[in-house]
Amino acid sequence: MAVPKRKMSRSNTRARRAQWKTSAVNLQECSNKACRKPKPQHVACPSCGQYDGRQVVQPA
Amino acid sequence: MPTPTKGARLGGSPAHERLILANLATALFTHGRITTTEAKAKRLRPHAEKLISKAKIGDLHNRREIMKTIRDKDVVHKLIAEIGPFFADRKGGYTRITKTLPRKGDNAPMAVIELVSEKTVTAEAEAARNTKFAKDEPKAVETAVVEETAEVEAPAEDAVVEATDAEAEEKAVEDKKDES
Repeated sequence: MAVPKRKMSRSNTRARRAQWKTSAVNLQECSNKACRKPKPQHVACPSCGQYDGRQVVQPA
Repeated sequence: MPTPTKGARLGGSPAHERLILANLATALFTHGRITTTEAKAKRLRPHAEKLISKAKIGDLHNRREIMKTIRDKDVVHKLIAEIGPFFADRKGGYTRITKTLPRKGDNAPMAVIELVSEKTVTAEAEAARNTKFAKDEPKAVETAVVEETAEVEAPAEDAVVEATDAEAEEKAVEDKKDES
């Protein structure tokens, strides 16, 4: 079985982990003109509960 | 080699998967709309629509075929007596899936799957437009504003067009009531 020959330095470990980043969620304005809140695409609006002009869920 | 079923495998075994789909279909036909994970909704849609197609024929053989899946006789009766005839003039596409926000606990993508309640595609579009515009700006206010500026001819024409639109929409609503 292949095993590491050398201990990985703290520097290398931290350099690798420095690349773990989150990315911002891509939000779009709600298509309901009365709402216009930002929401994820292709998802019923969490603030007004509408999708494509239909009331899909009751907003919390 | 047979083509694998589209979509995610559910549960731990084929029997478990059949039970999950049967229970989801029963819940969908009982309540008309259910919230579940996106993967389950996507598996449920063809399953439920095949059952509705059988319910539209509604003879003894198809009733027995449905009862292989749905074990609750009340739901089978509702499916054949109410849901099947309701979709008589619709050729497929009986259900609609709308994605919603991910679940809080495990961030699973969720969706709402519902039986399409509109009678025809045009009624559906009309209803969608109505809600969109009704929420924005009430028609009455808009026409009142136009009437105030009626000295200019172009807005007056707009008002006429809007009036006819409103009449058409009213007719559509009446038609829908007649059908249902």
